[in-house]
Amino acid sequence: MKRSFPIFAVITAILLAYAFYEAIWVAPMERTMGDVQRIFYYHVPSAWTAFLLFFVNLVASVIYLVRRNPRADAVALVSAEVGVVFCTIVLVTGPIWARPVWGIWWTWDIRLTTTLVLWLIYVSYLVLRRFSDSSQTPKLAAVLAIFGALDVPLVYFSIWFFRTQHPQPVIGGGGSIDQRMLHVLLINWLAFSCLALAICWARYRLELLQREVEEVESLESLRGVPQ
Amino acid sequence: MSSISSITWATLTKDIRLEWRSKDALNSMLFFSLLVVVIFSFSFDPNAEESREIAGGLIWVAFLFAAVVALNQTWARELRNQVLDAYRVSPAPATALFVAKALGNFILVSVLEALMAPLFMIFYNLRVLGPAWQLIPVAILGTWALVVNGTFFAAMSLRTRSREIMLPLLLFPISIPAVQSMVEATRIILSGDGAARFWIVLLLTYDVVFTTACLALFETVLQAE
Repeated sequence: MKRSFPIFAVITAILLAYAFYEAIWVAPMERTMGDVQRIFYYHVPSAWTAFLLFFVNLVASVIYLVRRNPRADAVALVSAEVGVVFCTIVLVTGPIWARPVWGIWWTWDIRLTTTLVLWLIYVSYLVLRRFSDSSQTPKLAAVLAIFGALDVPLVYFSIWFFRTQHPQPVIGGGGSIDQRMLHVLLINWLAFSCLALAICWARYRLELLQREVEEVESLESLRGVPQ
Repeated sequence: MSSISSITWATLTKDIRLEWRSKDALNSMLFFSLLVVVIFSFSFDPNAEESREIAGGLIWVAFLFAAVVALNQTWARELRNQVLDAYRVSPAPATALFVAKALGNFILVSVLEALMAPLFMIFYNLRVLGPAWQLIPVAILGTWALVVNGTFFAAMSLRTRSREIMLPLLLFPISIPAVQSMVEATRIILSGDGAARFWIVLLLTYDVVFTTACLALFETVLQAE
């Protein structure tokens, strides 16, 4: 397990480099938007990765509440942290693209608003984790994760009532996409998912180590052994 | 079942009696929302024709802020003399305690709304152009939406440092769809263009979903130690 992490990290780096090459040089230029459109290869994979991580967080939270397994809690923490990072990338790259294409930085459209609210919920999740005492944190955080997951469909429906401006989803949304573009997009998604997995993996091991250290320290302080 | 309702009733009447004698929460909420109304009137021109368009937002934001004042005090009373610990070891069901607290807050915020709504009408020169009776279900469902999650998150933030600030940080992101529904429904009813039914149904869905979630998960939060 320890050996495989560096190997996986190297594979991820190669994949990221290849995906970058594909996105910048190989993918065809979009006819109306020009080179600005290439941000799409970062924006969309980040969004998919972030949503995937938030879903992992929900599943891990439910498992924690049922089984009380501390490893599930570590997975929930890690996926929320990395998910917030990827969600931030989505929220930053979106306006950079929207300004030249739509002429505005931001609009209160259904996907933008839902993503923003999701980001807000998970930031409050991380704040809760930071502010509560260590022994109760996992339970409270898991409960909040479930509340957040219940909230997302309601947010979606509440904004669904307004006209939407965001481009239709490229897959399963009726929009059409050039096959070569789709190919580049999927490679980028794979690369970004691997990157997210690598970061989660490292962070998970760090979290487990940190908990082990805390446990040893508290045991030693109970025994009164000099440090 | 009768034990749940009797425990709920006992806790609720105790809380209301305490509040009636001190009137701490109600007075501070009233004064606070009055201040919000006055400050808003300086930020926006209340005599403008658009006041009807933005009044729904102003009313609910004022009530949301005022409700946080009351919600923060919900559990503080039970921490003194370890009442909450005593409750935790007693065989009384946790949901009874939660329902009593949520109902107590609901009554408190409803009284606030009943007192403040006429004042809003006067200060912002409002006249209801749509079906006015629809404001009642919006007010009831909206207040419950704020209060049920607020009571729950107030119990959650008991276990955190700087709990006064934690409550809004947890409550506001989750409340976004509820606040949007209340504001839109109120705006539609006040201005009389369109039907508010979609928003009332959404508010009802929100209430049902989160009341169920609160009842199912409150035991976990109460016993978290």
